[in-house]
Amino acid sequence: MLDKDGIAKRIAKEIKDGYYVNLGIGIPTLCANYIPKGVNVVLQSENGILGMGPFPYEGEEDPDLINAGKQTVTLLPGAAIFDSAMSFGMIRAQKVDLTILGAMEVSEQGDIANWKIPGKMVKGMGGAMDLVASAKNIIVAMQQVNKAGESKLLPKCTLPITGLKCIRKIVTELGVYDIHPQGGFVLKERAPGVTVEHIKKSTAGKLVIEGDIPEMKLD
Amino acid sequence: MIFLLMVPEKKYINQFTYMNKVVNNADEAIKGIEDGMTLAFGGFGLCGIPENCIAALVKLGKKNLTCISNNAGVDDFGLGLLLQKRLIKKMISSYVGENAEFERQMLSGELEVELVPQGTLATRLMAAGYGMPAIFTPAGVGTEVAVGKEVRKFKFNGVEKDYLMEYAFEPDFSIVKAWKGDTMGNLIFRLTARNFSPLVAMAGKITIAEVEELVAPGELDPQEIHLPGIYVHRIFQGAKYEKRIEQRTVRKKQ
Repeated sequence: MLDKDGIAKRIAKEIKDGYYVNLGIGIPTLCANYIPKGVNVVLQSENGILGMGPFPYEGEEDPDLINAGKQTVTLLPGAAIFDSAMSFGMIRAQKVDLTILGAMEVSEQGDIANWKIPGKMVKGMGGAMDLVASAKNIIVAMQQVNKAGESKLLPKCTLPITGLKCIRKIVTELGVYDIHPQGGFVLKERAPGVTVEHIKKSTAGKLVIEGDIPEMKLD
Repeated sequence: MIFLLMVPEKKYINQFTYMNKVVNNADEAIKGIEDGMTLAFGGFGLCGIPENCIAALVKLGKKNLTCISNNAGVDDFGLGLLLQKRLIKKMISSYVGENAEFERQMLSGELEVELVPQGTLATRLMAAGYGMPAIFTPAGVGTEVAVGKEVRKFKFNGVEKDYLMEYAFEPDFSIVKAWKGDTMGNLIFRLTARNFSPLVAMAGKITIAEVEELVAPGELDPQEIHLPGIYVHRIFQGAKYEKRIEQRTVRKKQ
């Protein structure tokens, strides 16, 4: 089974040289730590940065330089700053190659719910609906099973929808899945030490298993 | 007139005077804001917010305001200060977390909230400044954001899909903060304090800009202007800026 860093590490392998990448808050942010040497990418932050760098050194933080999670960040050489309309413009126009984001639920059709839990304080969708509706390549990083033991890979989302039929790939603590064009979670890889049986029990939606499922390689 | 401009004569053009949009302070800048008006604010989180105008609005005490702003500040800073005084009737935002007073007013029904996807919010403001009454965006299709809205199919970028029609915002006043500005209203923003601010500034029927540094015409490089002064009606240099950081994230030097 993978921990959060393991999920991030596996997703980082999907990041290719030359990509412009938008990382969501949480596990997706960790992916930046595992981008292999020699893979040159530019990170986008939807408040208006291309070329976002790591957190600043203590004492060097600048209140005018934050990311979409409102955290203080830095810029890398070659960075650019622009307004939020242009930022979402490049997302909508699919100039950003890869979007990695978290989810509370994903359906076997590729629908995603990640912005609202009924009965809890609504914080808002931020840029999530724009990202899922527009991005050409979205990978979801999520926990497949919640603390109560319930699967979050479902036939249909039960929580309010963020976007319909937009997810292509999911990486969880248990495995890697593609969404089948006709619906279903196509199991591609197992997390280290996880059996297909375990995955079957942890997937509420339609699971598609074709042939032997390899264990994922992280290094 | 073109001819006159090309051959300036003293009687038509005095080269040494310029349009002047300067007001003395925030109190003067927000004159004309009345109960029930719609105001749009620049800023993302607490980054790049018009601190001086917000303080003046708290003092002015006009009520039942509809505020368009990506966020609603925190309890004791930013638009949170207007919420504390119960001056806001309705918030139009994309993300309103981190604000306990906001939560209390929303749950008690005192505060109306319209949540708008962030890119839609930005583009609805931009559309106003570009003279376009509406936009089409895929964001929110199939979600509760789409309820009651017109959906149209377009083939674009090689794919046919559904788009939501969303109207341009038309705020009575837009209030932004810039880094530098000249007395004609030309603005330059600093780093990510740019965010929504140029878009908000473009949308206002009356636009107020407060700046960290106010300079004379000619001191800003025309090639570096982020927002031309045609969109700005009133400008002043803010008395002070706290520039509070919402999430201080740092790493240790190794």
